Amino acid sequence: MAAPLVLVVLVAVTVRAVLFRSSLAGFISERVEVVSPLNSWKRVVEGMSLLDLGVSPYSGDVFHETPLIVYLFHFVVDYAEIVFMIVDALTAVALYLAVRDYNKAMFKQQRLYLELKKYAPESHDLLRVPTEMYYIPLKVALFYLLNPYTVLCCVAKSTSAINNAVIALFILSTVKGSLLLSAVFLALATYQSLYPVTLFMPALLYLLQRQFIPVKAANPDFWLFTCQYGSLYLGSLVIVLCHSFFLLNSWDFVYSIYGFILSVPDLTPNIGLFWYFFAEMFEHFSLFFVCVFQINVFFYTVPLTIKLKEHPFFLLFIQLAIISIFKSYPTVGDVALYMAFLPMWSHLSRFLRNLFFVSCMLIVCSVLFPVLWHLWIYAGSANSNFYYAITLSFNVGQILLVSDYFYAFLRREYHLQHGLYLTKKDGSEATLILS
Amino acid sequence: MGLLSDPNRRQALSRVVTRLNTPLCIISYLVGMGWFLGLAFHPFTLRTYISENSMGSTMVEEQFQGGDRALSYAREFAAHKKASGGSPVAWLERTMRGLGLEVYTQSFVRTLPFPDEATERYMVKGTNVYGILRAPRAASTESLVLSVPCSEGQNNNQAVGLLLALASYFRGQIYWAKDIIFLVNEHDLIGMEAWLEGYHDVNVTEIKSSVMMGRAGAIQAAVSLELNTDVTTSFDVIVEGLNGQLPNLDMVNLFHAFCQKNTLLCTIQGKLQRSDYDTFPGYLHNLQTLLLMVLKQGSGRPQGDHGLFLRYHIEAITLRGINSFRQYKYDMNTVGKTLEGMFRKLNNLSERLHQSYFFYLLPSLSRFVSIGIYMPAIGFILLILILRSLDLWIKLNRAGTTTEDGAADDDDQDAKPGFLSLATPIVICHATGLSLYYIPTMSQDMATDHFPVSESEAVVLISIAIYVAGLALPHNTHRYLTGAGSDQGWMTLKLISLLYLAIQLSCIALINFSLGFILAITIVPVAAIVQPTGPKVLYGILLVLVTPATTLLGSIFLYRELIEYPVSILECWQLFLQAIAGGILDHYLRRRYRAVKSEQAGQPLRVFYTEELNVIGGRNGGTILSSSREILLSWRLEILVLIAWDWIFNSFVFLFDFEIGSTGVVFHETS
Repeated sequence: MAAPLVLVVLVAVTVRAVLFRSSLAGFISERVEVVSPLNSWKRVVEGMSLLDLGVSPYSGDVFHETPLIVYLFHFVVDYAEIVFMIVDALTAVALYLAVRDYNKAMFKQQRLYLELKKYAPESHDLLRVPTEMYYIPLKVALFYLLNPYTVLCCVAKSTSAINNAVIALFILSTVKGSLLLSAVFLALATYQSLYPVTLFMPALLYLLQRQFIPVKAANPDFWLFTCQYGSLYLGSLVIVLCHSFFLLNSWDFVYSIYGFILSVPDLTPNIGLFWYFFAEMFEHFSLFFVCVFQINVFFYTVPLTIKLKEHPFFLLFIQLAIISIFKSYPTVGDVALYMAFLPMWSHLSRFLRNLFFVSCMLIVCSVLFPVLWHLWIYAGSANSNFYYAITLSFNVGQILLVSDYFYAFLRREYHLQHGLYLTKKDGSEATLILS
Repeated sequence: MGLLSDPNRRQALSRVVTRLNTPLCIISYLVGMGWFLGLAFHPFTLRTYISENSMGSTMVEEQFQGGDRALSYAREFAAHKKASGGSPVAWLERTMRGLGLEVYTQSFVRTLPFPDEATERYMVKGTNVYGILRAPRAASTESLVLSVPCSEGQNNNQAVGLLLALASYFRGQIYWAKDIIFLVNEHDLIGMEAWLEGYHDVNVTEIKSSVMMGRAGAIQAAVSLELNTDVTTSFDVIVEGLNGQLPNLDMVNLFHAFCQKNTLLCTIQGKLQRSDYDTFPGYLHNLQTLLLMVLKQGSGRPQGDHGLFLRYHIEAITLRGINSFRQYKYDMNTVGKTLEGMFRKLNNLSERLHQSYFFYLLPSLSRFVSIGIYMPAIGFILLILILRSLDLWIKLNRAGTTTEDGAADDDDQDAKPGFLSLATPIVICHATGLSLYYIPTMSQDMATDHFPVSESEAVVLISIAIYVAGLALPHNTHRYLTGAGSDQGWMTLKLISLLYLAIQLSCIALINFSLGFILAITIVPVAAIVQPTGPKVLYGILLVLVTPATTLLGSIFLYRELIEYPVSILECWQLFLQAIAGGILDHYLRRRYRAVKSEQAGQPLRVFYTEELNVIGGRNGGTILSSSREILLSWRLEILVLIAWDWIFNSFVFLFDFEIGSTGVVFHETS
């Protein structure tokens, strides 16, 4: 299996190298869909030169990257293109390994459940077979590396690629069961972009499941483990933050990064939902609505965790999708990360209902973004409403996609327990209705 | 979501889509066509009105009385032009300076990629002269432009005369709050492009021009004037700009308002407005005007010098004076007063024109159709593609192992179409598109060395040859591939093609509605019908009939019919060849959307077709060089479609075992 993976990586690197050398690179790195104020490469370069001049990079309103990233690129700025390609490859390999291990674990669990007769007898059609699962890790890597979104993101040298790599490593260490590494990478991801804090719950649930600790309030083991993981996470977060403080000798970066993420002062159009609303809104309402909008990301964690506590990996996937839809400065790089996991759920395909519709919607929107941008900014004939309409439908498409997968997942679980062919009380065929 | 998540309703819906597919498609096509034809119908149009507040009323008292002066300037200019054999730069400079303007010149040089036979130009050299009237009441932050092309022969002398007379009159007024630039540009669009690039300090084409010395702030609006006679009977207003861009409707309204005030006759597309709009002949008249506008806009070439301003976010129109056999003639005073009024109104602007519509079609000067009303026409046509692809998707799903409710289907499993059999035609089609883009101009030297053709002929013939080869190629590769033989194979390929077509058409329709619509009505029905089973010969002929090249030919024919100057087939073919050459030339002359520097310089149209960035975008951005107005539809229509559609079309051809190559030969012999 290693050979195809190497091949995929080689193809991906070639594509990126060609694009880096073409005239498109400059153009792509200016697209608002690909870079946001948080992760644009131009701003990283700006921050580095400010640092070289002995000025705090956070003194202006341009730089919102974390101190660790500036210092990292300080050493490798001459090889930035190679670094970004390596980061992408690293993400793909991490995802590959994580998914492979997870699939093994799932298969074991399925066998166990079969032996325990937890599945309904006539639901055997739904069981997963090794031949189908064999190529899934490779597909995941392929989906990540050759996804146009990822390619664009890498060619634009958007630092969301690094963010994705950290999250992928976090997933890998969680799947491998390494408590410490998982907490450290989660802390790094949180440090980078704040929102991954919602991944704490799925990771904890996964680790608990791995240790066979039941999630019960009365169980002391559960509380012990939670405290352990929580303190590891908080500890590493504090260490990283303090480290940043000592690098720059000031706490400016906290406001400049997390304040910037939470209060959304930069309303440059992007593929998210924030910019248009806050550009239109009266100033004195904006605090309230910022809270409402930001709560969206965190709010779904609780009900989802309760519903999916048996399936932490799926919860992780849903959480990633929710972050990329509702975060304040989303880019296509974030979308690419959760889309990479779609092949993992290929066994849900028979329950997916709107896949065709939704994928058409997403493709059309992706193509229309630059068209409407052109009409708005360059031709001057359209206006921001046109662009926002596409943003909105792109996000609706994403939400439909995620809810479709969510529904399909629950439905499969239901059928596994109650059998594939449901009958009504009178013996006729019954159908399930989502309500 | 209720509709989509309830399985019973879904099943009902999918049954409707599959069983009633053909009738639904036909209905949708008819509704789309009907809707489009209805656009010219009086009740569906809106009355035009000036929405910009600062231009609200026409209460300006015009006092221009320099008509005679304009005529004497015109005669003097004509004499000097004849003497110097080009633009009389020294005289213009002297005269403008004498009027109290700040005068500057800008010289430019441009070598065309190959000789332009229509206007006999290859190395173009010229000088633009412009004078700035500084506003006494404001800092030089905003300006207006009055431009007049200095053309060959006796053309446009009166326009230059009027420009000078207006300059001298404007100089004496105290109310100007914006600088006014009086520009005389040489070699029409080439000179205009050179001036605009110089003014905004960008270089998107390869024009070499001298550094521009004087500027006058951001240009808010521009009027381009063409006038050949001492007296006029009517004025024609021209709106279509580069790539089908239109100026803000308020510019047109402003002109219309002042024409009415001065009782000047005004036309659009050369058609006078009729008062009996509610009768059938009135409707036909409006429809004719609308169709002319659609054809002109679809061609994507600027119909006047104003067309290049639009790219820089400057609202502009061209006014063309016409002297026909009508009894009542207007003298220069009336024309001057109209222009004076317009400039005074524009002078009142407190911000850029943005209130009124940018997307519109004009069935007459006083009525317009806005985007919300005309978009459903193309929406219905595109609906066919969506219905067809839904049908295919449902069929494909049924053929697979599962059905909606998770019940297993025992159908025999077709081998899934291989990746190779799908990717090959797509790659080949894109490759032919790319070669069509690059090869014609690259290989013209080689062609002229080996064959007895001129350079421009060589370019055209190479384009056609590659085009025809492009039609045949994917078909021939078919033999080497297996796996596409199954039903699933062609269905998947067709599904992809249909979706691709729908996306491309909707993108084009957003940018240039007319082009999108012309393409859609021809290509969509055939794309929906064809499949590998059934009368293959008929399908093959249909497919050749809807190729963009044929559409271009048809459009030229229709245009000539509409302007009541029909052509024979042979002439039409000549025009077609000219249109292709002109289009390629235009593209190289002004690579439209390739520059980025200033906010106005249009960033790539190349952005917009993600798959084919360079190919289509670059091509799409042609301008017009030749002023021969006969060639209506430039190749841009052709190439744009050609490349984009190349593979769509080919994918269909690919479905057949049909010798498209031989049809290509027939195609060729017609010349």
